[in-house]
Order: sequence, then C-alpha cells, then structure tokens
Amino acid sequence: MNLNLLHGVVGQSVPRVDAEAKVLGKGIFIADLFFPRMLYARVIRSSEPHAKITHIHLETARLVPGVPAILTAEDIPGRNEIHVVFNDQPFLAPGRVKYVGEPIAVLAAESPEIAEEAAEKITIEYEVLPPLLDPLEARWHPDIHLFGKDNIYRHLKVRKGNIEDGFARSDVTIENEYRTPCQEHAYLEPQGMVAVPRPNGLMDVYGSMQCPFYVQEGVATVLGLPLSRVRIIQTATGGAFGGKEDVPTLVGVQAAILAQKTGRPVKLIYSRDEDIISTSKRHPGIIRYKSGAKRDGTLQAIEVEYILDSGAYATLSPVVLWRGTVHAGGPYRIPHVKVDSYAVATHKVPAGAFRGFGSPQILFAAESQMDELARALGMDPCKIREKNLLRLNDETITGQKLTFSVGNLEAFQKTVETSGYLKKRNQKKETPGPIKKGFGLSSVYYGVGLGAGGIHLARAGAYVQILADASVQFAVGTTEMGQGMATVLTQIVADELGLPFDAVTILETDTSRVPDAGPTVASRATTMSGNALKDACGKLQESLFRAAGDLLQISKESIQIKEGWAVDSGKPGHRMTLKEVIAECFKRRENMAAAGFYRSPEVSWDDETGRGNAYITFAYATNAAEVEVDTETGVIRVLKITAAHDVGKAINPQLVTGQIEGGIVQGMGYTLTEEIVTKNGSVQNPNFSTYIIPTIKEAPEIDPLIVEAPFPNGPNGAKGFAEQPLMGIAPAIANAVYDAIGIRIKELPLTPERVWAALREKEGRDKRSSH
Amino acid sequence: MIDLKFTVNGKKVQLRVPGAKRLLDILREDLGFLSVKEGCSKGECGVCSVIFNGRVINACLMLACQADGSEITTLEGLSKNGKMDLLQEAFVETGAIQCGFCTPGLVVASRALLNKNPDPTEEDIRDGLSGNLCRCTGYTKIVAAVKAAIEKESNTRRGDS
Ligand code: FES
Ligand code: FES
Repeated sequence: MNLNLLHGVVGQSVPRVDAEAKVLGKGIFIADLFFPRMLYARVIRSSEPHAKITHIHLETARLVPGVPAILTAEDIPGRNEIHVVFNDQPFLAPGRVKYVGEPIAVLAAESPEIAEEAAEKITIEYEVLPPLLDPLEARWHPDIHLFGKDNIYRHLKVRKGNIEDGFARSDVTIENEYRTPCQEHAYLEPQGMVAVPRPNGLMDVYGSMQCPFYVQEGVATVLGLPLSRVRIIQTATGGAFGGKEDVPTLVGVQAAILAQKTGRPVKLIYSRDEDIISTSKRHPGIIRYKSGAKRDGTLQAIEVEYILDSGAYATLSPVVLWRGTVHAGGPYRIPHVKVDSYAVATHKVPAGAFRGFGSPQILFAAESQMDELARALGMDPCKIREKNLLRLNDETITGQKLTFSVGNLEAFQKTVETSGYLKKRNQKKETPGPIKKGFGLSSVYYGVGLGAGGIHLARAGAYVQILADASVQFAVGTTEMGQGMATVLTQIVADELGLPFDAVTILETDTSRVPDAGPTVASRATTMSGNALKDACGKLQESLFRAAGDLLQISKESIQIKEGWAVDSGKPGHRMTLKEVIAECFKRRENMAAAGFYRSPEVSWDDETGRGNAYITFAYATNAAEVEVDTETGVIRVLKITAAHDVGKAINPQLVTGQIEGGIVQGMGYTLTEEIVTKNGSVQNPNFSTYIIPTIKEAPEIDPLIVEAPFPNGPNGAKGFAEQPLMGIAPAIANAVYDAIGIRIKELPLTPERVWAALREKEGRDKRSSH
Repeated sequence: MIDLKFTVNGKKVQLRVPGAKRLLDILREDLGFLSVKEGCSKGECGVCSVIFNGRVINACLMLACQADGSEITTLEGLSKNGKMDLLQEAFVETGAIQCGFCTPGLVVASRALLNKNPDPTEEDIRDGLSGNLCRCTGYTKIVAAVKAAIEKESNTRRGDS
C-alpha cells in the first residue's frame, strides 16, 4: 500500500454517481435515444424447434411502403457467425432452425408500426424435423446430432483422492437426484440497440449491454468490417444479471447490419415476450449427488453427475459448466471427489449466463445434501457445516490451496449468531394449526473473476486524466448495469489522486476509449478495472508528488495527498491545495493523462486431471432463512433472510448491502415461483403475469452482513461478490422448509402445488406406517 | 385522429393523434417525457406508472382517447425548479436505486400513495407499490426510502407550522 495516500471516500456509503440522472428520469436508456432519419427494426424468428427452412416468402412484405431493407442469411457481407466460446452459432439461420425464436430475417422500416406490418407478411415454409427436448435423451443420441456426435458441448471432471476409499471410510452415505428450473433474468429494461452508420464505413452501436467488446467482435465479423471501424457505446443498462452478456451481440448485429445496408440509423428494442422467448436463461440442471461422511460429521467423499440442458447453441455453456463443476463441493474440505459434468445440446433457446453462472443449480444439491447428512447423523445442520468449512491453508476440491482472504468461518459465525439460528431452532415448538415455521442454513463460496475458464480475457485497461481545474475524468472497459461499478471505481480514483469524490467523473463505456477489458461478468469489474485504474493513477501520482515536494520544499516521500490537499506528513499544518499542485504540473507541461492496465494473477486448470488453481480468490457467505409453510395450501412464506458475505473490503457498504438484498430476492424467486415452461420447445409463459417474479409484497425482511477478509491483490482489499447473494438462497429455503414440515423437496421451484402434493404424500405415508 | 386536450405536470397540452395511440407513446414521443418507461407493454411491471386524475395507472394500457380532459403527473412533474421531491432525495440517500429502470415508476407510485395517505404503515406501503416490479434491489431499500420520505415530510410540516 502506498503510504502517501490517506483514505477518504473508500469505505463510505456515498450516493451513487448515477443516482441523480436515474431518479430524475433522464433519458439515459437505449429506448430514449433518437437520431434523425432513424429506422425501426424487427426480427423474424423461427416458430419451430427443429426444421429445414424450405422457403422464405418476402415478396408481400417487400411491397409494404417504407421498408428499405429485409435481410436473410444470404445477404450477410461478412461471416454468418456469432462467436461466444465456439463458432457454432449463426447470426441468421442458414437453411435450418434449431430453436423456437431463432432469428431468420431482419427488416428495417420507417416506423415501428410499418415494421410490424411487414414482419407479419413474411411467411416461412418448414420441413419439420423431430426435436430433442430432454437433455437425458439428447446426450449420446444415436441419430439426431445437434453438436458433434454426442450432443455434448463439453464434458468436465474433477478428481481428488480415491472415491472408493472415500465412501468405504464413510459411516453414512446419502444419494439423491435434484432438478432445477429454467430461470429468466427478467431485467426490467428489455434488450435494445441503436446502430448509427458514420462516414468512411465506420459503425457506431449504442445499447444496453454488459460486454461492449463482444458486441464489437460480432458486428465486425458479420458486417465484414475491421474491428477498428466498429465502436460500441454502452447506454445506461436497466439490469442484466448475465442476460446481457452474450445476447446483446446478436441484438447489436441485427441493428448494425440494417444500418449498414440502408445507411441510416436503426433502432431495435425487443418487446417483453420476444425478449423472454428468444434470449438466454439459466440452464435447467439435473444433479445426481452422493455424499459420504464419518460418524462425527467429517465429510469424506462426494460423487456428482451434473447435467446442464444447454439449448441449441453452445454460447456460454462450456464456461457455465466449468464454474458449476468447480463449485460442486461447496465451501468445504472434501478429501475424495469425483465430479462429471455435461453441457448437453437440445432444441431449445440457448441457455447462458445468469448470476451464479452454473453454480446455483449444483449448490442447491450440495447444500440440501449437507442437511440430509446432518439428519442421518443426528447432528444440527449448523454443526456439520462448521466442522467442514474451508479454512486458511485448506484445499478446495480442485486442489487449490487457500492461502489468504478466507472469511468462510467468520461469515458463517456472523450469520448464525446474528440470526439467532440456534436459539430459534431450539426454542421452536410444535405449533397447532396449519402454519409451520422452519429455519434453514446454506453456506456457499464464489470463485472471483473468470478464473482458469476464461484466463485469456482476464485483463483490463483504464484511462485517467487530471484536468487543469483539478477535476478528473476516467474511463474503463467494464460496464455499469446497476451493480454500482461506476460509483465504486469513482471512489477508488478519488482516493488514489487525493481529490474529493465529486471532482471525479466516470465517462460512459466506449470501446474506442480503452483497450479491450474483457466482459463485465463474474463479479470482476471492481477488482479488474479497480486495479487498472490504480495503475493509471500511480503514474499521475508521480507528477503530483514531485511537484508538491518542490513547492513545499520537502522530499516527495513525505507528501501525503487527501481530499484536495498535499500535506507534509511530518508537519500536518504545512500543506497546500492539490489545485495549486496540479496548476504547477500543468505549468511544467507534465503529462496529466495516463493509461492503466491490469493482468490478473495466474490461475490454472487441467482438463485431464480435473485439478487446478481455479480462481484468483474466493468470496464466502452463509445464509439463514426463516420460513412459514401453510400445510393446507402448500404456500411458503419467507419471513427473513440473514446473510453474511466476505467481500474482502466493502468500498461502498450501501452498495454491498444492495447487492445482497437484490440477490436474495432474485434467489427467492428462483426457489419459489420462477420457471420458464416450454411445450414442444416453445416458451409458454413469456410475460410477467405467467412468469412470476417477486413483488414488494413477498420480499422478506433481510439482514445483510459484511465480513472483510482483505484480498491482497484486490483494490483496497476488495474482491468481487455480487453474484454470491443469489447462489445459496434455494437450499437455505429448502432446508428451512424441511425443518418446518419434514419434507425434502428435490425439485425447484417449491411451488404451492409441489409442496401441497408432497405434504399429501407424506400424510399418506404417515398414516400407512401408523397402522 | 382525435383532438386531445389534457394537463401534464400542470401544463395544458393540445394534440392531434390517432385515437388508438397509447398514452405511453404520447408522453414519450410526442411530449418527450422520457421518464415514462416501457418494460412489458401489458400492465404487469409498472415502469410506465403515471398519476392520472390522482391515482396511479399504467400508461401502456391507456389509449389517447381515454386521456382527454385528464390531469397527468409524470416523474418530471415532481421536481420543482430543479429541486427534487423529498421522495427523490430519499431514494438517492437510502440507495433505493440500482439500474434505475424501475425508479421513475416507483417514485411516481410512492408519490401517489403519500398524497392519499401521508402516514402509511409498512403494509400500506407494500400494498401501494405492489404493481411496480424491481428486479435489482430486493425492495428493502425502496421501503426504507419511502419511510425516510415520510419522516422528511412530517419534519417539513412540523417546520412549516
Ligand atoms: S410497461 Fe406498462 S406496466 Fe409494464
Ligand atoms: S433498480 Fe433495476 S429494476 Fe429496480
């Protein structure tokens, strides 16, 4: 740490830098952007899950006045390819469709109404083919091949110890199959982009997105342009949660190819049902999980098979699967491990990134298993967790030794103590009447950043300049989508340069301002861009310290900068304003602009051995859920969730608690109501009256708690964590439901119908056994 | 086409629009009130909330012809002479804003609620805002913001008297 810096605003809950524009309702979102002569786009999509396209009838649509362009796969100037991890996904279906909602054609019209009219006049003839809709059927299917010869995008494994020994040494083993649903992101702002052609073949694309550099690559590839002619500018993004990781590439290219063809700006905003039908979601999961432990509760072994229903193109599934696989054991010491996981192709809308990225599914199983083990051993679920939690210098299931920043036990203890879990559980009385109360726990951990699964992207650039009036502008390549990055990074820059918070301004994320920073995913923005900014600020500090030292006539080593002042550390009264110091720098013609760069520390992964140092570090959390189950209706009410998260350092505690609260309620939706239902591959509930997300009425009381086990490589000790709040909610609630009614439900969501049926089944069993 | 007269944020407006045009589009496109958002187009998310003759409605469900003669307040009408409504201040201070897409609708719905009932219970608050979805915040800080605004408003009232 640089001793010349005294911290001012880092660690404080300053209001968000974007709060004012948002609370005043300024037109900062993509739908609010208008350009002269702008056209409106529509996408024509497949109605079939699997079919050959035999004919596309465009003639009648072409007769509609005011439709300057209708394009199909044949009209693509560059390559018909959207690269995510593999290159299997076309931009427009080339003669064959693989999911309902797959884009076949795009058109641009003078108004949204004309666009709709023309779109309705396009008819497509298909030769329908049999679809594969069940991943268990699709895996290794002999005849129908969506991907390779086995329909498996990726098979991964983890191996540790000796699995036979592990179970032989176990006094109890528990084996179950769990199923998790397809979850929709339901960001409130639908996908949208505006493409604006510029002179000399340049293309600007504005929009709602997490990963501008992905969009840049997609636009360049499909339009046949060099990357240098494509500029992507992120507009305020109304929620994303992973749903705006790879999908906006498609949306951006859809707008851009029409803009290129017509030479006019083109706007494309998805309707809600179009968005739900055609964009990525959380993978449905099947998890077969066997766990073994000794009589005293010490975990011995896990054997897991993990299957993700991945949809018609690979998109992010290979890396989603990787994160899930690495997280299979939860935050525990387990000596013997065998995990096999499969991302399987099916004729459904491709599943993709969603907060937690393949881990919530497997953690639901892992944490339900922990409670089942505890029950079989007659232990409290609290005790078995405490006994096995990873501590400093322990090894994860992939063999990574944890040598720093392990706030696992501390988060666990904080949650257990603050929630009053033990007391509440022990004092719980059998209540008369239909309402039963229950308490449940879950502990989870989260590998920060892309890890070895995406190490080639694990770098970030930044740009900082101090202006003559002592204000600062900076830019990064990661994005703000509501999570608070812009504010946190502004706090870091303010402290690094010793200037007041409001002297610092973050510019919109624009691919022409900074080098490729990789995607804004995996809770990586604070650590990656934060470190790149520190690098840039370090260069500017040199000039500041030199000038201040000369002006105060002391050595530059004894200068401290803070909140607008340069101070003589030996004599605090001896000081001058940074304004004067900066004026001096300008007089000396110092370079007051600096580029910064950060490369994440090395990580490793070996597909063959299923081992590696998967992540740069981990965040940790324990959740305690308090629920009521109505045994007459099957309705679950979540009363309260207490959750402590080890975040390394809370740069802005209010933003941290905001992430905890938001993740919890999204996780509660995943647990209780949210499920995308498909029939013959077609989404049946593409709106908010049939796809039910939590409202303010169901939102529980939340007690968010912060633990800080500093991460030595993080800016100010911080590590990313904002996905983690969602990850353990399903098992915490399911464990509480078990505590309330003695029923283990192994399939999400825990709808009243499912709970009610389980209750009646148990009643039947109880009655039979009492006779 | 119909001739339409109504009041928005205290100003009278007169327009000629297709009778089936949605109030949402009139407010956004014809009048430039961009705080009114579109999230679902079906009355299910509340991001298009405006105050219509004193009660909250979804502008995506209302047609031009129904708006004639009405009095409408959008979020733009809440801040006066560059000064935020106390609710807006409270949303900023309590951290009730993340992505901000739901914020205009929530502030408007909260305003309508407090106009009717200056001292609501927590349950009244949750009932009053149950038509406004937020996918980011988990709602905790939104409830806190409304409570903080109530506190601020009762202080100003006390201060006034
Ligand atoms: S857009 Fe009007 S309620 Fe959703
Ligand atoms: S802040 Fe994003 S939807 Fe509410």
